[in-house]
Amino acid sequence: MQSLSNRKKILEQEPMNFWERIYLPAIFKGLAITLRHFFMKKNTIRYPEETREYSKNFRGMHSLKRDELGRERCTACGLCALSCPAEAITMIAAERQKGEENLYREEKYAAVYEINMLRCIFCGLCEEACPKEAIYLDGPHVPPEYLRKDFIYGKDKLVEQPFINLEELSLNK
Amino acid sequence: MEFAFIIEKFILIIVVFVITLVIAMYSTLAERKVAGFMQDRLGPDRAGIFGILQPLCDGGKFFFKEEIIPAGAHRPLFILGPTLAIITACIGSAVIPWGQALTIGDRVVELQVADVNVGILYIFGVVALGVYGIMLGGWASNNKFSLMGAVRAASQSISYELAMGLSIIALLMVTQSLSLKEIVAQQEGFVNWNIWAQPLGFLIFLICAFAETNRVPFDLPECETELVGGYHTEYSSMKLGLYMFSEYINMFVSSALMAAIYFGGYNFPFMYDLGLSANWITIIGVFVFFIKIIAFIFFFMWIRWTLPRFRYDQLMNLGWKMLIPLALANIALTGVFIILKDKFF
Amino acid sequence: MTVFYFVAFLSLFFAVMTIISKNPVHSVLYLVVTFFTFSIHYILLNAQFLAVVNFIIYMGAIMVLFLFVLMLLNMNEDSEPLKSIFVKAMGVIAGMCFIIILAASFKVLQTSPPLEIINPEIGLVGNLGKVLFKEFLLPFEISSILLLTAMVGAVLLGKKDKKKA
Ligand code: SF4
Ligand code: SF4
Repeated sequence: MQSLSNRKKILEQEPMNFWERIYLPAIFKGLAITLRHFFMKKNTIRYPEETREYSKNFRGMHSLKRDELGRERCTACGLCALSCPAEAITMIAAERQKGEENLYREEKYAAVYEINMLRCIFCGLCEEACPKEAIYLDGPHVPPEYLRKDFIYGKDKLVEQPFINLEELSLNK
Repeated sequence: MEFAFIIEKFILIIVVFVITLVIAMYSTLAERKVAGFMQDRLGPDRAGIFGILQPLCDGGKFFFKEEIIPAGAHRPLFILGPTLAIITACIGSAVIPWGQALTIGDRVVELQVADVNVGILYIFGVVALGVYGIMLGGWASNNKFSLMGAVRAASQSISYELAMGLSIIALLMVTQSLSLKEIVAQQEGFVNWNIWAQPLGFLIFLICAFAETNRVPFDLPECETELVGGYHTEYSSMKLGLYMFSEYINMFVSSALMAAIYFGGYNFPFMYDLGLSANWITIIGVFVFFIKIIAFIFFFMWIRWTLPRFRYDQLMNLGWKMLIPLALANIALTGVFIILKDKFF
Repeated sequence: MTVFYFVAFLSLFFAVMTIISKNPVHSVLYLVVTFFTFSIHYILLNAQFLAVVNFIIYMGAIMVLFLFVLMLLNMNEDSEPLKSIFVKAMGVIAGMCFIIILAASFKVLQTSPPLEIINPEIGLVGNLGKVLFKEFLLPFEISSILLLTAMVGAVLLGKKDKKKA
């Protein structure tokens, strides 16, 4: 066929010479290479004991944040669920009752907040959508489970642990 | 045959059997370790320190897995296949001389199960029988891929048996004996090792040994990329385990054979110059023999993780058009050398 | 002697099984076992070399090839062509003739005097080789030519006919 670009190069394959044809030198070369690798430093990172260094913007498990008084920040606006391309988030909103001000920052809060970790693609759009800075993907990997239902994370797993002792807080008041 | 003799042989058989099985078990681990190390990984190292309990875990897994016999399979032969494979693999080690005689009290204990005067041929026969295990298993599975694997195994083993036999003939011309015990005893010291007399024959034998044990680069009977799993595609649980085990035992036996007939077996350099008693020489000899065997097993694995697999026509070309003529030439050359040596020295 | 009778019984039994089993693969396997018992006979006769060679060549190579071909042919009862009554009748007549000849041969049967093994080493390779290359050199070489002819013939048949294809 005529070459259109004129850049075609025809590769000439020379017939193998005697040493190439008996293969043995090539085999020994290969053996030397594998033997060298045998004594090289190993790249294995033995995972649970050692971990690879993660990038700073690694997106792992979600956590629902609390404010500086230990109150949940989420106001159940549903923007995260709306922005989620994988439709992994569902929630049920509830109104804050009298006396719960130390638990929830806003008047409306999420009574149920669930993320299906099997659907989630860890894109981080929920994090970006949240107006209250309530959700961040700053956790580690999602651990494996035996059952699918165990991958639907409720508030018990998502809300971060209060860093201020709540009883102490109420005593101070 | 007195009673003590029977007891002695019985103990020897048990010991050889156990050693064979343990080495085969640890070859499975070593294989994965070597693979790992050559690919800059660590290999399995979770079960016990350095993974030494891994073979036990694997064995346990094999025993407890569900056993499936396909509905269309030929049941008796399906079961006979792996049985035959493991039996033929195990009986091969009977004629290998593990060491010189031990003197315990006034008894002289030979460290060889049976000194058959056609020892080498016995091993050949056993190897030839080994292919039945694969063929029966492959055919009885009632599966195209298995059948193809079986057919490949059969033609491969017959083709390479020829070259192997011819390379052995040249060796026999040098040793003048078919008995393994005598062949090993002749190679005293270091310069008498048969490898110096028969380098070409050893090369041919080595290549054929790879082909006979179905190891890479000749593992076409079980080649995963073309035949799923080859002859053991339909096998599960311990039957599959037996096939794999027989492969490793075959590797062990052929390593032992090569070490014995080409690399002096239990002989080591300066063995009589160190002023040791006969029993100590024997014990060190056994030790040295096992080091040689393990070196060969390592070589098998080393090759496996270095070379790619042959194509089937290349395999046949190599066997029939390269190795057999080479082996014939080797016989002729050996004959000429022997005559020249008789004439002039 | 009891060992001999036992092994002889086994070889006859498996030989019969070879003939009467329906499945060709079974037939071949019984034949393999028959050859194995032959090997044992050789060992009993103190001919280890013959035994091992029988083992390697017959069991290890020839029967593997038989099995090889049978596995590829996939023969079973359905593909068996129905034999006409004529063929069956012929078979019966031929079988009868064979039995008559066998029976007749018993009449001229004599027990030979028990064989004295003069040299117990007679079956070993060295002695065998000497006999073959000294006393029986000519027949030995002729048989090798025969084998060569067969080989050449096989290669010729196996070659593709270039003109037709
Ligand atoms: S990370 Fe992406 S996929 Fe996962 S819950 Fe948030 S928005 Fe949905
Ligand atoms: S996490 Fe943020 S975006 Fe989602 S419902 Fe709560 S406040 Fe709204």
